[in-house]
Amino acid sequence: MAFIPHTPDDVREMLDTIGVASIDELFDEIPATLRAGPLTGIPPAMSEMQIGRLMSERAARDGRPLNFIGAGAYEHHIPAAVWAITTRGEIYTAYTPYQAEASQGTLQTIYEYQSMIASLTAMEVSNASLYDGASGLAEACLMSVRANRRSKSSRILMPRAVNPIYRKCSGAIAGNQGLRFEEVAFDPSTGQTAVESLAGYEGDDITAIVIQQPNFFGVLEDVDRLTDWGHAHGALVIAVVNPTSLALLKPPGEWGEKGVDIAVGEGQPLGVPLSSGGPYFGFMATRMEHVRQMPGRIVGRTLDLDGRPGFTLTLQAREQHIRRGKATSNICTNQGLLMTAATIYLSIVGPEGLERIASASMARTAQLAAAACAVDGVRAAFVSPRFHEILLRLDTPVAAVLEALASRGIAGGYDASGDYPELAPALLVCATETKTDEDIARYANALAAALGAARAA
Amino acid sequence: MNPTPASAIAAPREPTIFDLSRSGRRAEAQMPQAMAADVPPALRRRRRPLLPEVSELQAVRHYTRLSQLNFSIDTHFYPLGSCTMKYNPRGCNQYAMLPEFLGRHPLAPVVQGQGYLQCMYELQEMLKEVTGMQGVSLTPMAGAQGEFAGVAMIRAYHHARGDLDRTEIIVPEAAHGTNPATATMCGMKVIEIPCNADGDCDIESLRKVVGPRTAGIMLTNPSTLGVFERHIAELRALVHDAGGLLYYDGANLNAILGKVRPGDMGFDVIHMNLHKTFSTPHGGGGPGAGAVGVGARLLPFLPIPVVGCDAKGYRYLDERDLPQSIGRLSGFMGNSGVLLRAYIYMRMVGREGMQRIGEYATLNANYLLARFRHEGFEPAYPTRRATHEFILTMKHSARDLGVTAMDFAKRLLDFGYHAPTTYFPLLVPECLLIEPTETEAKEALDGFVAAMVAIRKESVEDAALLKGAPHTLPVRRLDDVRAAKHLDLTWKPAA
Repeated sequence: MAFIPHTPDDVREMLDTIGVASIDELFDEIPATLRAGPLTGIPPAMSEMQIGRLMSERAARDGRPLNFIGAGAYEHHIPAAVWAITTRGEIYTAYTPYQAEASQGTLQTIYEYQSMIASLTAMEVSNASLYDGASGLAEACLMSVRANRRSKSSRILMPRAVNPIYRKCSGAIAGNQGLRFEEVAFDPSTGQTAVESLAGYEGDDITAIVIQQPNFFGVLEDVDRLTDWGHAHGALVIAVVNPTSLALLKPPGEWGEKGVDIAVGEGQPLGVPLSSGGPYFGFMATRMEHVRQMPGRIVGRTLDLDGRPGFTLTLQAREQHIRRGKATSNICTNQGLLMTAATIYLSIVGPEGLERIASASMARTAQLAAAACAVDGVRAAFVSPRFHEILLRLDTPVAAVLEALASRGIAGGYDASGDYPELAPALLVCATETKTDEDIARYANALAAALGAARAA
Repeated sequence: MNPTPASAIAAPREPTIFDLSRSGRRAEAQMPQAMAADVPPALRRRRRPLLPEVSELQAVRHYTRLSQLNFSIDTHFYPLGSCTMKYNPRGCNQYAMLPEFLGRHPLAPVVQGQGYLQCMYELQEMLKEVTGMQGVSLTPMAGAQGEFAGVAMIRAYHHARGDLDRTEIIVPEAAHGTNPATATMCGMKVIEIPCNADGDCDIESLRKVVGPRTAGIMLTNPSTLGVFERHIAELRALVHDAGGLLYYDGANLNAILGKVRPGDMGFDVIHMNLHKTFSTPHGGGGPGAGAVGVGARLLPFLPIPVVGCDAKGYRYLDERDLPQSIGRLSGFMGNSGVLLRAYIYMRMVGREGMQRIGEYATLNANYLLARFRHEGFEPAYPTRRATHEFILTMKHSARDLGVTAMDFAKRLLDFGYHAPTTYFPLLVPECLLIEPTETEAKEALDGFVAAMVAIRKESVEDAALLKGAPHTLPVRRLDDVRAAKHLDLTWKPAA
């Protein structure tokens, strides 16, 4: 069932036109020794009805647990209109807008998206999106090496409080080009990256410093002081931010005296389902002075032959299809579909809606924190201002607790013990506007039961 | 003028969403309960971001109208060479978007993801089978990231053997721009080699550059010139004998699906564009999915996570299972929702259908090529069979009439056809790279040929008509120079 429309008559006519006797003859330039046998490892075809049933059964096996996990991917309500429009064929089945005249819908949507991201982050320009937040940070680090011409060291200060997967991903992607990442400690009582722990780098050649707000623990960093420290020491400042939080929190363009140089983050909270980790999108914004060092697609507004406004891909001289080996990145696509969903999401919720979503998430997490910390054997790892996550320290290993919660239909949090053995047993939990008083009470009760059972065992 | 306005797009232009915004307007049904948040004053945002304030209907109407300004596979024949714009079955979308799949958190315990993980495990197995490779990782998020993973694995392999001098990646000049860009991102030096007049790699040039500094070669086969690289066995021997590895760029896998397996051709590593061959949607430029497959030598270096299976069920393999892995390339495991679509597509197509894809993609391309040849158009490689795509060169129109490949491309839009890929590969003058895919019916191909014939007639009678095209779209040709010179990248309120 390969979605092939040809009738036997079509095939005959087409072969006659070509002047061959069989389809097989069209492959006569391929050496016979290379020809594949039957693909016995591929199962027989299924009709749409059959695959629909199979997928429904598999989905049912996964169930729909009550989710309290964050750690880089956040559950928010998504207005029905977002994906109803995003999956329209004209959006879903179009490609990169190389033919601008035939892609004004996609191009204008990107322009609107760039405007929204620039405003959310209070930066001057945004690209059309990157693959995801983690790889976006890697691209930002590579970009900082190109943009910070005074620095020769390719040294990046990377706080230990930054999402561990982002750190690993940056190492895997940027490490091949000789970037060196230096881990900056966090204050064990506050969970914040302390400016004091940067003292050892005074006078060194630092290319960039990364600041995540809120950091992986959900804790709010002193972003003004960290930003100013970076600039005072000749480093560029890279912000990693949660886009929902920006409705409430000071945007990276306003951190410190001068604002950051590059802002990146995971765009998933803006209308993209959790979906086992993807597809998501990364956003990236910067100052106009660095725009030519920015990777990824960029759309600009211009005029057509009749002097009417229209949209087109611009600054393409940075990109791989023009510059080849000298491009800013090998990135070819953006995450067009997800960027579209986010643009529609932001249009529908608007500035007030986003602020309410952020406030409700923060308030629900405060409620969750209070309820969880009231459970015997649970305490907050840090007493600091936070956004919509909290790191809990337990008195028993986390894995068994999560297993017990799973058996009660709860996805109970992220076990951070492996990433932070110094804080183990540590459980990172999150609540958003999707959680109710009842949900939080159910979580606290289940946690108490799980811990009680673990202690008894 | 002979356009067909009914099939082209003639929608009115649309203001920006910001132009529709009115202070204080909001989508009431999307407002959560107001709750107080305790943000320290020094960290609080002072001014609201400039987001549109519109009703839900206004947003729906605006983005619906914008969508109508696009060409897409669902609305138009889209013969964009090297992009494999085939039908994206709606069923793949519907069943990948079941609420359980959409709602699953990537870090949820694997006991709450056995259904999803089983699909991913089976997808890995099926991709191994169609490519003839030994292992697959699904994590790369696009073709370019798959390429990155492939070259990074080649680098890691040489390093693990203490072979630190292999810093050169050989790339044919016809390659996609991502190939040299990727090699650079992996800290490699790019060595380009030419192709000969028949479109094959120039073996003598390869012989001169291959040696103890060779880390590997990146090949697309069939190549971007739309022909099968006939000397593949000789190329393989040359590179392997010199200690280098062979990288297969799977951009054109659709051409040989079920007919030839890259593993059987001797490739050590391959990336697959699931958004091409396995029909996941292009989404206006992403998400893609660039799964990588490897032969035995590169198995330990696969990017993580990979899905494994043991007596307890399916689980992610990570650093502990694959300590020599090149590491993580994405936040979780790539574009998982895209991977689900590819899985559903492969199960629907099945064993027998898989082998027909390459056949009918090749039939359609060769039929189109034959039709164009009969009509007097000029193939770039006249002695060769087309694979799933082929190149026409418009160099004579350009020389004699001043009408370029781009003019043909733009005029095609008026006739309701998306343009083929233009000016790629760079080494063929005035080229149109045409890929019809297997999902197009003969009538669509005949209609496309008729449009090209009509446009050629226009080019002789009234070249200005082509130079000014398109005439029936929401905008006419755009001033790209102005766009780059007077950068207008974000909407700003009128002063």
